Amino acid sequence: MIEIISGIVILTGAFFILISAIGLIRMPDLFTRMSATTKASTLGVGLVLLGTALFWQDIGISARAIIIITFLFLTAPVAAHIIGRAAYFDKVSLWKNTKVDELKGKYDEKTHDLK
Amino acid sequence: MSFLEIAVNISIIMIGISLILIFIRLAVGPSIEDRIVALDLLAANAIGFVAVYAIQNKTTTFLDVGIIVALLAFLGTVAFAYYLERRTRK
Repeated sequence: MIEIISGIVILTGAFFILISAIGLIRMPDLFTRMSATTKASTLGVGLVLLGTALFWQDIGISARAIIIITFLFLTAPVAAHIIGRAAYFDKVSLWKNTKVDELKGKYDEKTHDLK
Repeated sequence: MSFLEIAVNISIIMIGISLILIFIRLAVGPSIEDRIVALDLLAANAIGFVAVYAIQNKTTTFLDVGIIVALLAFLGTVAFAYYLERRTRK
């Protein structure tokens, strides 16, 4: 019974990893790509590790899986934020159908501080 | 084959396909930031692949590799982004 649950969880996780890779290929500009990859890959890898912990039901394996999941959930938003910030200052082009650029004119171009 | 073995094999195929797609973006990607995002996602996929591979071979040693890869990927991403931002700051 626990093997079936573990298999379903792992399959769901692998599906979300595949979704994030397809999003990385198909999305039109950097920021939409990051919005697809960060969330979907965090969920996908978290589900795969959860399935691994469910399969073994051992305290050591579960501790490792929980450590990796916690670390991913803590670092993925930080990494996405810092890449997005660097990309915005590096003038990466937005998608041509972008309606609103709310950050336009709010940053000092020289020092990168908020005005 | 039990259901779990079939699920693990299908998962390995799906993660392999996504690795190929990420490598395409890593090679094509117009800007450097696209490549950094692709490298970050590549590390996340490596963690998932290691976990699934550990189940397939019934060995638990590989899960330690996942911890190291997660740490190194975060450090690498932050360092790349930091120097990219330093480059544009006057």
